[in-house]
Amino acid sequence: MEVKSGLQIERTLKPYLVGLALAVILTAIPFGLVATGALPRQTTLIIIAVFAVAQIIVHLTFFLHIDFKTTPRENLVALAFALVLIFIMVGGSLWIMFDLYHRMMV
Amino acid sequence: MTTVADMTISHRDAERYEEKDFGFWLYLMSDAVIFALLFATYLIMVGNAAGGPTPKDVFELDRVVAETALLLLSSTTFGIAAVALSAGERGKVLLWLAVTFLLGAGFIYLEIGEFAGMIAEGAGPQRSGFLSAFFTLVGTHGLHVSVGLCWILVMMGQVYFKGITAPVASRLMRLGLFWHFLDIIWVVIFSVVYLPGLL
Repeated sequence: MEVKSGLQIERTLKPYLVGLALAVILTAIPFGLVATGALPRQTTLIIIAVFAVAQIIVHLTFFLHIDFKTTPRENLVALAFALVLIFIMVGGSLWIMFDLYHRMMV
Repeated sequence: MTTVADMTISHRDAERYEEKDFGFWLYLMSDAVIFALLFATYLIMVGNAAGGPTPKDVFELDRVVAETALLLLSSTTFGIAAVALSAGERGKVLLWLAVTFLLGAGFIYLEIGEFAGMIAEGAGPQRSGFLSAFFTLVGTHGLHVSVGLCWILVMMGQVYFKGITAPVASRLMRLGLFWHFLDIIWVVIFSVVYLPGLL
């Protein structure tokens, strides 16, 4: 039996161009802040973190075409599972190591 | 000229491609976990310069801007190749894969230059905990990009010799996922390693 290939069809460049434009904005602002030192250190670090998360979402949406309609459910579950693992392992490692560091130094 | 939309394949093959796509996605997620742990290691080690060079001494903003631009543009040119693939335009697929390859190769060229310069200044991976963690994290990303470059060459060969068939199209889409994924890792690298280091 012959069926449609089921391969993803990409008809227009639009998502890539929108993604590129957003990524350029989200990259230029943190780089500009670091180059000029216009804002206090703490504020700049927060902006870098927020823009990084925003840019990851832009890349996932416009370049990897992840969305809640067409992406298979099991792929979204795997992504969510990876995010939980990363949160526990990275968060846990930083928590333990910096706590240890402060206890050793005091 | 067959477009991907017109392509018909056997039911068994369609299932196979779905399985491969899911398997490859699981690999990408496990790779994301590996990188996350390298980032955690870097954040713990970054303060341990052991009296040697600190991030501010060894990072150059201009170089990172150029590397970021090359990788982001290469993600976009891969997108152009993916659209040409869907339209069944073989020549255009080859052209834009070649452009993507050159942009990626430019990135690797800059990165090797950075690493060689640091090692020549005595800021190699054995100098301090900070530098060990830096070379491990950024080097692992660079290694992935290099593997991606080889994969692009292999796929250019397949498109050239086999034409746009269903298996080739299916592989190119997974290569696209891999390439865009590496761009995401780079976003985290400049946000965690370079920008805070130069601040």
